[in-house]
Amino acid sequence: MNIRVDPDKCQGHARCYGLLPELFDIDDYGLSTVIGDGTVPPELEERARLAIANCPEYAIDETS
Amino acid sequence: MPRTAPVTRWDTDFDVLDPEYISNPFEIWDELRQGCPIAHTDRRGSNWLPTRYADVTAIAHDIEHFSSLEVGVIPFDGEPTEEQDRVLPYGLPPISADPPLHTWTRRLLLPWFSHRRVEGYEELTRELCRSAIAGFDAGGRADAAEEYAQQIPVRVIAQVLGVPIELADTFTGWVRDVLEFADDEERRFRGMEGLIKYFLVELEERKKNPGTDLLSELLHTEVDGALVEESLVLGVAALVLIAGIDTTWSAIGSSLWHLATHPEDRKRLAEEPEIWPLAIEELLRAYSPVTMGRLVTSDVEFAGCPMKEGDHVLLNFPAANRDPETFEDAEEVILDRAHNRHVAFGSGIHRCAGSNLARMELRVALEEWMKAIPEFRIAEGEEVTWAGGQVRGPRRLPVVFP
Repeated sequence: MNIRVDPDKCQGHARCYGLLPELFDIDDYGLSTVIGDGTVPPELEERARLAIANCPEYAIDETS
Repeated sequence: MPRTAPVTRWDTDFDVLDPEYISNPFEIWDELRQGCPIAHTDRRGSNWLPTRYADVTAIAHDIEHFSSLEVGVIPFDGEPTEEQDRVLPYGLPPISADPPLHTWTRRLLLPWFSHRRVEGYEELTRELCRSAIAGFDAGGRADAAEEYAQQIPVRVIAQVLGVPIELADTFTGWVRDVLEFADDEERRFRGMEGLIKYFLVELEERKKNPGTDLLSELLHTEVDGALVEESLVLGVAALVLIAGIDTTWSAIGSSLWHLATHPEDRKRLAEEPEIWPLAIEELLRAYSPVTMGRLVTSDVEFAGCPMKEGDHVLLNFPAANRDPETFEDAEEVILDRAHNRHVAFGSGIHRCAGSNLARMELRVALEEWMKAIPEFRIAEGEEVTWAGGQVRGPRRLPVVFP
């Protein structure tokens, strides 16, 4: 599973970070990014799907 | 006494200050969503009230047609005075600004409410909660709104701004005048005047003796080679105080009201503490306090509604968060709700800049309350009262506990 945060859509709600701080990083301005190259370790896949389903801006996409 | 004529038709003549709407808006929203998902009123100018998630978020994102120059739910009646124009020519940026002013003033503010900064206020928040509980009269009674919820965010915000925590009651009074009593022109003006005059003195002091607080730093920040204008710093300071008090205290109060009236949820939180993070989001969804206004910039037809330039739209985030099209069993509070795309903090470029702080305060305030007072209920025969309009939450919440 691969995911990315669309920087044009992310508005800093920080819901992804709240659900999965192991996978998301947030800068001082609230912009979220996926840590590493976007690959989700298998054990985090379920929570990554939750992060996608909880983003109020629909900013997280599963890319593969 | 109702301050306005009673509402008989919610679709064509709604009033967000109607006592029924303030105390129990949920059924009104459900009816509107089914029959007339964007209601209208001519009370206090021409206002539209969307209740569907899709409409509320679409309007919040359409900054071309819907400006933030008027974010009050009770629109300001009449022209700003010369004094206001001179002191606050930019209003309260970034909340009352559109890009480009919004963009760079928001960037000045955001780092002050980043995750990292907010962590630094957690211990203070916890101490404030504990000391409020320790101050309750003996005998197992307290007003969870006035003696608890209301006492916490104002003091944390005072710390962020670098102004004395001892003035908490004064700050709370001004903010209530501006938001809760916004339909009373005199009170609204008095509250705004009080906090503007106060911050003008504080800014002068910080020009001479800068500290490390938000006000001092903003006064000494350069943007594109020039110091940020003082009137902008004043607007940001006023905004942080106005937006940081009533909103979070209302969320804490509503959540405590829910827990006081739902013993099964209190039990669940005690038995499954791992659901706390989801529970916080669910309480934010179900009892979202804040509705924001927008100004229509040019005639536009939205979802079949002929909106005219100068009309107001009320971004009803609380109703959006109860839309069954978006949330399964939307009317139920499900503490471990897994899919919860709520917009309690807004949607789009104006997402609440203080959301990290608010969320931390709500979590800590509920954790500390439940630790000290795991069992409590509304005091029999006593009345719970609510405020509403821009910000909805309990103002009196008398509870008893063993």
